[in-house]
Amino acid sequence: MTNVKEKGPEVTLMPPIDTGKGLKTQEMVINMGPQHPSTHGVLRMELTLNGEIVTKAIPHIGYLHRCFEKHSEEMNDYAKVIPYVDRMDYVAAMNNELGYAIAMERLMDIQVNDRVEYIRVIMSELQRIASHLLAIGTFGLDIGAFTPFLYCFIEREKILDIFEKASGARLLYNYIWIGGLMNDVPADFKSDTAEFVKTFRPKIKELNDLLSMNKIFIDRTANVGVLPEKVAINYGVSGPSLRGSGVHWDLRRDDPYSIYDRFEFDVIVGKGEMGTLGDCWDRYIVRVWEMEESLKIIEQALDQMSDEGDVHEAVPKKIRPPAGEIYCRTETPRGELGYYIISDKSTSPFRVKARAPSFVNLSVLPAISIGAMVADMVAIIGSIDIVLGEVDR
Amino acid sequence: MQQFLESFLPAGPLVVFVFSIIPLMIILVYALFAIWLERKVAGHMQDRLGPMRTGGWHGWAQTIADLVKMIQKEDIVPAKADRFLFKMAPFIAFAASYAAFVAIPFSSGYIGSMIDVGVFYIVAITSLLSVSIIMAGWASNNKWSLLGAMRTAAQTVSYEIPTVVTILSVIIVTGTLNLMEITELQSGNTFLGFLPGWLIFHSPFMVIAFVLFFIATLAEAHRVPFDLPESESELVGGYQTEYSGMRWGLFMLTEYADMLLLSLLGAALFFGGWNSPFGSYLDGPLWGAFWMLLKGMILVFVMMWLRWTLPRLRVDQLMNLCWKYLIPLSFVNLVLIALWEMIF
Repeated sequence: MTNVKEKGPEVTLMPPIDTGKGLKTQEMVINMGPQHPSTHGVLRMELTLNGEIVTKAIPHIGYLHRCFEKHSEEMNDYAKVIPYVDRMDYVAAMNNELGYAIAMERLMDIQVNDRVEYIRVIMSELQRIASHLLAIGTFGLDIGAFTPFLYCFIEREKILDIFEKASGARLLYNYIWIGGLMNDVPADFKSDTAEFVKTFRPKIKELNDLLSMNKIFIDRTANVGVLPEKVAINYGVSGPSLRGSGVHWDLRRDDPYSIYDRFEFDVIVGKGEMGTLGDCWDRYIVRVWEMEESLKIIEQALDQMSDEGDVHEAVPKKIRPPAGEIYCRTETPRGELGYYIISDKSTSPFRVKARAPSFVNLSVLPAISIGAMVADMVAIIGSIDIVLGEVDR
Repeated sequence: MQQFLESFLPAGPLVVFVFSIIPLMIILVYALFAIWLERKVAGHMQDRLGPMRTGGWHGWAQTIADLVKMIQKEDIVPAKADRFLFKMAPFIAFAASYAAFVAIPFSSGYIGSMIDVGVFYIVAITSLLSVSIIMAGWASNNKWSLLGAMRTAAQTVSYEIPTVVTILSVIIVTGTLNLMEITELQSGNTFLGFLPGWLIFHSPFMVIAFVLFFIATLAEAHRVPFDLPESESELVGGYQTEYSGMRWGLFMLTEYADMLLLSLLGAALFFGGWNSPFGSYLDGPLWGAFWMLLKGMILVFVMMWLRWTLPRLRVDQLMNLCWKYLIPLSFVNLVLIALWEMIF
């Protein structure tokens, strides 16, 4: 290895201070994780503290590495990759499947019918709400508010019930297949979903009253972990974390996939209402209002969806794509999920590479956490909303 | 009370023993009840039921089951810990909060000791609590414990000032530090013809004094939104991180005992202690004990209510709140109450 100078934000380490009476203060290195309750899984942070102020933060990852990419190459079947895809971002499995399915369909040039497209969109928007609910709930938990977490879980449970009726699973579905779906939705899917949309709207207001507008909550999150627009773009941050910094960028609108161009919805961005633009509160509130937008999309999709169409129509018997490569990106609840797939005309992929949004978003952590306190670190990690299954893959 | 015990117990020392063990019994039974109550309050606030199975009726035996489990657990002391301090800390913590109960008048017939400096004694002896927490944090030889302990030291020292100043404003009105006498002053007479003569109705500034006192005691008892010493989502468990089994249980017991102590102190100072809210109706030593504990439990319930509603403050915001708002306010309030006393 050549001697590469480590790139990263400039850190001024405090030299030991001599107080003149023979006493010296010193910085303390502390390990946050991987068994820490607020690192959202098995992230390890190496923090250098001056008192309680963070002077340096280094994330260490790899505790949940499960060789996703190698497994995909060895499965000997493109369809068998889908359950592995589920296990990357395990709280937004539908969105992961959708990205992979679309990539494969573009590679093999498969057209799926409208019913499949609408079910996919509804499923992935429901999943987005479920994932944001989890992010919001655990963020509240990190700040110390326990009750909103359980309120969020009650709502998330209703979505999981809808998924369970359709796919039989509650977390890892293997539902969206290449060229179609595992099976058609049950007869009461439409009414269940409409009922959920109706009951969920007032809950967003309740959540805002209980948590978002709480004085202590605002004090804890506003002006904390400020991620300026430029830094966010330079690090390749995407998803709500990027939009929290005020950047209008949403792949559903800017690079439409599936049938997202048929729906009316707004791209929510942070406005710095409570503090600086791009602080933890902005990232948080973007998720809250995105749930509202997802509800809009679901409502429109339910209206437009027809009852005609076979979900197995375009599912190929044997998946043997032509030689070639594809890069396809979709908007998951955490940001831009890209799949890069190379086919060598055999039944197993030559290479599957996932560009995981959590991994990229995590890389910005050292840059925005300098000068924060230990309690702020928890808030910053929570507001970036990483899923370690996706970071480590 | 003491004469009553002497009438049927044979030996003098036994009387003293039984006499002094009464608060311990109250604390233990209360702690079992309060932990169960906390779980039920949390459960119902979060749209769930809380413990329902153990013991049959609404899981009443859940805390007892937990206690049995904790006693059975292995007593682990970390290899690099300071064994002596590590083992001592929970006992000192519990002794400090138990010792403070001696000056609390549970009813007109029972107070552990009629010392004339009652309130002062309580404030002094509960300060030992922070010593034991620093001891636990330092002896654990764990950086998270140390951070928790340092926060506790800063927090307890800061919040003792508004607590003491608000107590002082009560003392200006009553003119005595003896809690029994303070409670007796509040009995009988009524205010505006229908309100009981409790000190909180004495003047509008007393209401402010109570609010300040309650906020400061929340911080003293390390309850949300001031539970920074053990903030589980930041510092893992603060000073409790390395503790397990019954030693941890003792810290837990101390926390709940401390809540009750400060609530009872609040009840005695502002809400008439063992006085019945209905004048002489339902009055007497036994009813007095009931009213005292009920008033204490209501304040404990409010603490639980806050815990399951509010997020947690950050350590610098905690200090800001104390030094920039609570302390100046409590001093201004003290002066206003003194003026009120001079004029009326």
